[in-house]
Amino acid sequence: MKGLSKDRLWSIAVLTPSIILIAVFVYGFIARSVYVSMTDWGNDPAQALALDPIIRWVGLANYQELFTGFLQGRFRQELVSTIFFTLFFILGCLGLGLGLALILDRNPKGEGLWRTIFLFPMSLSFIVTGTIWRWMLQPGGGVNQAPTLLGGQPSTFGWLSSTDALWKFDWNKLPLLTASVVGLVLVIMAVRAARSGDRTRTLVAAACAALLFLWALFIGPNIKMLPAPELHGFNLALIGIIIAAVWQMSGYTMALYLAGLRGIPEELREAARVDGANDIGMYQHVIFPLLAPITLSAMIVLGHISLKIFDLVYAMAGPDNINTSVPALNMYLTSFRQNQFALGAAIGTILLILVAFVIVPYLSSQFRTEEGHA
Amino acid sequence: MTTTAPANATPSAAPRRAIKPGRVVMYALLILAALFFLVPVYLLFATALKSPDAINLATTWHWPAALNWASFSDAWAKIGGNVLNSLFLAVTATFLSALLGSLNGYALSKWKFRGANTLFALMLFGMFIPYQAVLIPLFQFIKSLGLYGSIWGLILAHVVYGIPITTLIFRNFYADVPDALIEAATIDGAGFWQIYGRVIFPISIPGFVVVIIWQFTQVWNEFLFAATLTNTTSQPVTYALSQLAGGQAVSWNLPMAGAILAALPTLLVYILLGRYFVRGLLAGSVKG
Repeated sequence: MKGLSKDRLWSIAVLTPSIILIAVFVYGFIARSVYVSMTDWGNDPAQALALDPIIRWVGLANYQELFTGFLQGRFRQELVSTIFFTLFFILGCLGLGLGLALILDRNPKGEGLWRTIFLFPMSLSFIVTGTIWRWMLQPGGGVNQAPTLLGGQPSTFGWLSSTDALWKFDWNKLPLLTASVVGLVLVIMAVRAARSGDRTRTLVAAACAALLFLWALFIGPNIKMLPAPELHGFNLALIGIIIAAVWQMSGYTMALYLAGLRGIPEELREAARVDGANDIGMYQHVIFPLLAPITLSAMIVLGHISLKIFDLVYAMAGPDNINTSVPALNMYLTSFRQNQFALGAAIGTILLILVAFVIVPYLSSQFRTEEGHA
Repeated sequence: MTTTAPANATPSAAPRRAIKPGRVVMYALLILAALFFLVPVYLLFATALKSPDAINLATTWHWPAALNWASFSDAWAKIGGNVLNSLFLAVTATFLSALLGSLNGYALSKWKFRGANTLFALMLFGMFIPYQAVLIPLFQFIKSLGLYGSIWGLILAHVVYGIPITTLIFRNFYADVPDALIEAATIDGAGFWQIYGRVIFPISIPGFVVVIIWQFTQVWNEFLFAATLTNTTSQPVTYALSQLAGGQAVSWNLPMAGAILAALPTLLVYILLGRYFVRGLLAGSVKG
């Protein structure tokens, strides 16, 4: 089946419409969004909805506005919020999902029923989930009333309305913090490379880390992104939304882990038992290492869902609660309520960059291994 | 529910053992977890079935004294039209995506050409992007086609952005079909379409079930496109529900009944065809 036969031409002909559609709707539109984000479209309300608006090229000004502009504090808080949200959402889903999978792997009675119960929220819309949990988290409502069922006092925690935040830091310190974190990662990489005897890698990583730390020590502190300190942290109002998101998505990690656990051959467990491993030892040395790739896949899928999450927040806390807002929601409001298209496009592009950091290495590694097998 | 039943003759993979503390802890944990997942469902029904004047934050947990089934008809009056919009949208978009995905998957897995994998990876990227990054041009494009506010604009968006996942599922599904089958058909003189019609399509039913369930659920549950590309006549149920729940004036039994109505189709699909649902779920993250 070599050469350009008629059948091969058919196969290309069949693919062509999809290729064109993806090229336009994904890559073309991304390019267009990036272009729009570098114009001033919508910054002047009079021009925003004009039939033939005057649109000027402004370069990176919209991005600068988002990161340092006086009016865009909301976006900066959202960026911090989405990082915390992603962190706790992933931890919650992985922890609960793994726990449930490990229990179900021990063959309890009625396993199918349990699995159905743990997984059904996956079939719901985030809007449905959000509506239910919004009701449950009302200030004097369901969850806060729960202690009274056991004879306790009702809780008064403002699930979605709290304005408190933990781990606050000054936005001006962001370059410093980022440089330190990246530098630390590089140091760890250097140490690991040194242990495995990869000399070039050690040197490169160590040199980059040293440069970053030098920058952080001498240049970083002098950078002033904002004239006054601006504190951002982990808003406690997000906790309820994280719980609802974990409620909906942990069944997914459970299904992933369960599929992985079922894929571990019984002989392997048998062999470990023969070698005298107890239950804990077997999990530590046999099962968890085999589940590591699944953890990575789950982290990536959950991570990109979390960065894009928007409907759940919209349904639970409404569009105007700045303490729970996320960039994906802000993009929608900025573009389609305030008609500030350029600024909205810039937020969308920042989201895309965040997601691409997670997805591109994953996709390329998956396909590299596949081509290797072929 | 007992954990030991020595007289129980049903064959089981799990070895029967005496009650161990470990088993008790295990069931306790399972029940605890099940409570976490089911308590919201209890509150959902308890609230939906209350009459507006019986809804009181202090008595959230009480089962209604008198069941108020009228909540459902009231909610249907508000969002019934949107449920029908969603039904039309999801069925049409799912049918078109499944067809495209099947043909793409067949072409990509059985007629491999140079660069097919790279092309496929570039396609897959489209499944992960945050749609906020394409939303403004998409909106302009749909508007310039004259499809803004029409359900067909929404269908177009869902079909296009559904291509990656449907292609992925079908490609992995067809990868398990032995190439020898195709070669035998080629020797018999069958071409691209004959092979698809006589060999591939007849064995594709499980693939179609997985894709249809997955795509139906996705399209039904989607919110961002629904909120951006439609107007009041074409809004699907997710958007209508968010408006119903966001309004401060309505009594809470309405959004709760609405949530049940909006959840019912996908929930039924999941309960009846859960096995295939899970397969679609895993296909999104694990390559074949």
